[in-house]
Amino acid sequence: MTEPDQKHTPPPARTPVRARPAPVTLANALPWILGGLFLLAMPFIFQSNSAITIMNQMAITIIFALSYNMLLGQGGMLSFGHAVYMGVGGFLCVHIMNWGDVFALMPLPVLPVFGGVFGMGLALIVGSFSTRKAGTIFAMISLGVGELIAACSVIIVAFFGGEEGISGDRTYGLPFFGVEFLHQIEVYYLTAFWLMLSALLMFLFSRTPIGRMANAVRDNPERAEFLGYSARWVRFYSFVAAGFFAGIAGGLFAINYEILTEENLNLATSGQILLVTFLGGVGFFFGPILGAILFTLLQTVLSLQTEIWQLYVGVLFLATVMYFPGGLAGVLMMHALPLRLGQAGLLVGPYIRTLVPAVVCALGAASAMEILFHLRHAALGESEMTLFWITFDSHAPLPLAIAAVAAVAGFWLARRSAPAMAEAWHKASTPHGGAA
Amino acid sequence: MTATPGPPPALEIAGLKKSFGKAEIIRGVDLSIGAGERHAVIGPNGAGKSTLFNLITGRFPPSSGAIRLHGHDISGKAPFEINRMGLSRSFQITNIFPRMTVFENVRCSLLWAQGYRYSFWHMVNRSRDLNEGAEDILEQINLTERRDLPAGVLSYAEQRALEIGITIAGGANVIMLDEPTAGMSHSETDYIVNLIEKVTENKTLVMVEHDMGVVFGLADRISVLVYGEIIATGRPEEVRSNPKVQEAYLGAALEAEH
Repeated sequence: MTEPDQKHTPPPARTPVRARPAPVTLANALPWILGGLFLLAMPFIFQSNSAITIMNQMAITIIFALSYNMLLGQGGMLSFGHAVYMGVGGFLCVHIMNWGDVFALMPLPVLPVFGGVFGMGLALIVGSFSTRKAGTIFAMISLGVGELIAACSVIIVAFFGGEEGISGDRTYGLPFFGVEFLHQIEVYYLTAFWLMLSALLMFLFSRTPIGRMANAVRDNPERAEFLGYSARWVRFYSFVAAGFFAGIAGGLFAINYEILTEENLNLATSGQILLVTFLGGVGFFFGPILGAILFTLLQTVLSLQTEIWQLYVGVLFLATVMYFPGGLAGVLMMHALPLRLGQAGLLVGPYIRTLVPAVVCALGAASAMEILFHLRHAALGESEMTLFWITFDSHAPLPLAIAAVAAVAGFWLARRSAPAMAEAWHKASTPHGGAA
Repeated sequence: MTATPGPPPALEIAGLKKSFGKAEIIRGVDLSIGAGERHAVIGPNGAGKSTLFNLITGRFPPSSGAIRLHGHDISGKAPFEINRMGLSRSFQITNIFPRMTVFENVRCSLLWAQGYRYSFWHMVNRSRDLNEGAEDILEQINLTERRDLPAGVLSYAEQRALEIGITIAGGANVIMLDEPTAGMSHSETDYIVNLIEKVTENKTLVMVEHDMGVVFGLADRISVLVYGEIIATGRPEEVRSNPKVQEAYLGAALEAEH
């Protein structure tokens, strides 16, 4: 063997490279500026107390869903127990509210930080063993821990307050520049501030080395290990960060509702945030924001209209999983390319031809469901019902027949024109599609 | 081979064994690869080449024996620990990050080596060295035009090139390539061989390869692995004329080439 002439070299020196900051461009900052202005303006557009309550709930759900997507979308971790991190953060904040001496010295807007730190603390403990593996094992551990802590709510009564939960009063805090948070609108701006801050921090997290590696570990944990990263620690850091922001959401929940119960910890709440996040789309940062807005609207507005709103949400969720796995954000982003190519106009006709019958079908099916539900569940002798501003007798066969015909005909028409819509989309997404 | 004073070999394997249950796949391998050497491991299917790779790179722990990288024992260490010591590998079956862009694939491969570790206080977009480093690698593997596509949509040959790009990005000085030309056409093979020559300059290269043209063109030395044992190690012409190798493997393999 000839002795190779290269001398033995030690592994390359691995010193951090000082980053040279690039300027924050207007294009980067624009969505955030618009988002902030939007949040400032909303209460002037929707002034009623109930609207502000809905917006508060929306903001809290957005933070919670974004935090959940740090696990699901960014890190590839399917959790069935994310509610506990929000819940414990919220419980702690209510306890602080009730701790008069301390709370009297604390301005209310600071309170969510404690929720965040507490949620992070729990995530630190749970994450130390649950993030060793992703996939089914992680999902099962999250489920087990979630159930365990939900069960603790009736065991550790001192902290969780048993079945009735614990409640507090946010107005006992140190006035913040004279604001005592007696009004919903004041809570709104507090929540909106935390929403902007949390969303920005979570977005920036996804742009850090650990955030990028979370994507890499999601895609291919084994390969990431051969690049010097322990997949387990990458997951752990994402998990802890997600726990922090969930805790922030919990603190805001405590401020907004002034009560926390077992419901804030249980499986139903954990499952709901999975649904919200998936509905919005896990593939894009803004997906969970859309999901949270849509879901809160369904939950608050639709639930006033119909008792079976959860059925519709369930169907919507199923349809999303089956036909639009990218969620709402995925559907929107499908149109980025046609728009960039200036060919979005090609889509208008086919969309109308398919979506109008599809809406007719959905409304018909929903009407049929409502009539049947009324038939079965209305008080005895009450046969009059109102649907879409029309009042009729739910026992008569004609309304049900009309609804069924609308559903079937709408379905048939939508199905018939669907291939043309798909084709139009492909055409609009191909450069020079018009010429081909 | 007698021990000579001086720097330890880039990679040294002694008495390495690996069993899965009762089956002994690697049955006592000794091998020493000098710094800067290009070394090929060849052998019939099922000889244990990939297992040997997996043992060296930490995918599996060895049953017994020692593996030393620049004189440091690495046997039984985790893949990420071995990688941090300057050893990087590619995979026989393309192993990339399919949903991330090509650029992002390469940039992630640079992160640890550039010292970012588990940082959540740096912005990757703002590091000039990181981004220029990634662009450099893309240039080298000819994928600059594909930089913003999800890696999963690249052609097979492009994915293989990306696989090599990811492997070399971190600046490891021992590069292990597992069948880099598997499943490629002639022109694609030529392209990958040129690429390997270019990117492994001044580095230690260990590769498993079936294409004898590639092996004899690239390697300084060749080891022949048969049934978990190395039956011969030497320069290409020595190995080619070794009767034991002829009998066990190469005769058939060379005939198949023609």
